[in-house]
Amino acid sequence: MTAILTVRGLDARIGGQQVVEDVSLDVAEHGVTALLGRNGVGKSSTIKALLGLTERTGVVTFAGERIDGLLTHRIVQRGIAYVPEDREVFGGLTVEENLRLAERAGAPNRAIIAELFPELLERAKQQAGTLSGGQQQMVSLSRALMNENRLLLVDEPTKGLAPRIVGTVTTALEAAAERTPMLLVEQNLQVVRALAHTVVVLSGGRVVHTGPATAFLDSDLVHRHLGVSTDQEAA
Amino acid sequence: MTTVLLLLITGVGLGALYFLVASGLSLIYGLMGVLNFAHGSFLTLAGFLGWEVGRRVGDGSWAGLLVGMLVGLVVGALVAAITELVFIRALYERHIEQVLVTVGLGLASVALFEGIWGTDPIQIRLPEWLGQTTDVLGANIPNDRWLLIGSAALVLVLIVLFLQRTSYGLVIRAGVENRTMVTALGIDVRRAFTVVFAIGGAAAGLGGVLASVYYGQVGAHQGTSLLIYAFIVTVIGGLGSLSGAAIASVLVAVIQQFANFYLGGTGDLAVVLALAAVLLVRPTGLMGKVTH
Repeated sequence: MTAILTVRGLDARIGGQQVVEDVSLDVAEHGVTALLGRNGVGKSSTIKALLGLTERTGVVTFAGERIDGLLTHRIVQRGIAYVPEDREVFGGLTVEENLRLAERAGAPNRAIIAELFPELLERAKQQAGTLSGGQQQMVSLSRALMNENRLLLVDEPTKGLAPRIVGTVTTALEAAAERTPMLLVEQNLQVVRALAHTVVVLSGGRVVHTGPATAFLDSDLVHRHLGVSTDQEAA
Repeated sequence: MTTVLLLLITGVGLGALYFLVASGLSLIYGLMGVLNFAHGSFLTLAGFLGWEVGRRVGDGSWAGLLVGMLVGLVVGALVAAITELVFIRALYERHIEQVLVTVGLGLASVALFEGIWGTDPIQIRLPEWLGQTTDVLGANIPNDRWLLIGSAALVLVLIVLFLQRTSYGLVIRAGVENRTMVTALGIDVRRAFTVVFAIGGAAAGLGGVLASVYYGQVGAHQGTSLLIYAFIVTVIGGLGSLSGAAIASVLVAVIQQFANFYLGGTGDLAVVLALAAVLLVRPTGLMGKVTH
């Protein structure tokens, strides 16, 4: 399996406190790699560190190029799109302005928004801050998916969403993953089972397990590392 | 009634001056989190250079004044952009150091201006009409107030159009909300920093020339004294809010005028009390919702 992104010895600090310690992982050039772990183990911090959004050290190589010394916007311009935890849409801007802002060089594919989230087109002139959580997540995903990406970093895309929206988001991610490799942070293990082929599990800021997703989700490692049982996952 | 009207219109005129300084301060803080204590220096330098060029074009003439205003705009924009590129950019996200640098620039530049133009303010000549008054319902309004109000209104409209209609404006509005996410979309937000500094500097530069019209003189301390009120306006209006700065500018100046007239020259005290009241009741200011 060839990796599009390799991470070696990544440390990250927020406000002087170490939140990620010596993390090494690979993201395959096809499909979804899920980054799992209990709350607060450093999953989101790992993603932010990869993007240079937190103070970090370590070696991060993307498509053969070192990116750990680059500024965030330069990393993103190399084709790495970010869907942040909590959506982070610009609430004071309209939906259309949010999308226009996210258009990168190349040929942004607006048609994909009509295909995946048609209701956003009807709300183009609505302020993003007045949208529901699910609609905001659609804006956040659209910002990423309409560009030509070589890697997607997606952080808790179904967090706090109604079950119907979770289905919509999962379908959209599934479609995106067919074209673009993805590093996915996700607490909903049903979504992980539907999307991921590989899991990387963090505990205390360190990697404690790496392996095939199905084997991990069917084993008692789920309980040991995530504190839930496979029965709970099914429920 | 005529006194109230006089105080009201002259208050709005003074508020226009405050707005020209505060608009840039507010935008710069809103986008970058930088408290720019050097902003008064942009104003003072533009005031001096606007006067120097203007009097050579035609001392006391409209042509001289208009050229002076144009020079003020350009000087303010250039000096502000250079300040951002040379001093602020190297200290990105290091807010304490940024404050120290801008305070240092502010202090050093006043000493420099005193060295060049002397410590005493220089009286300036203006077009005759500006020294006259216009009767408004019995109140004799000094004509220079109309120039101040008109200029500030034009600046407000131009900045709003820039923010609403241009791609840089979009980046700036988004950056004021969430700078980190703007960079995470692949946008080099530092370019917007320079643009915002230049716009703020241009407004302050124009303010510098108009301050010399208002006071009838140019002096090395003009920027420093106006900067204090501009900071108060910025905080009352809400850091990062242009509309807040516009509303607070007029409010502060009108309160100041009325307190000076009716409460025995207590205008400055009234402004500080208004600041305290706003901070207690609404700490983010009238229109502020900035998160960093």
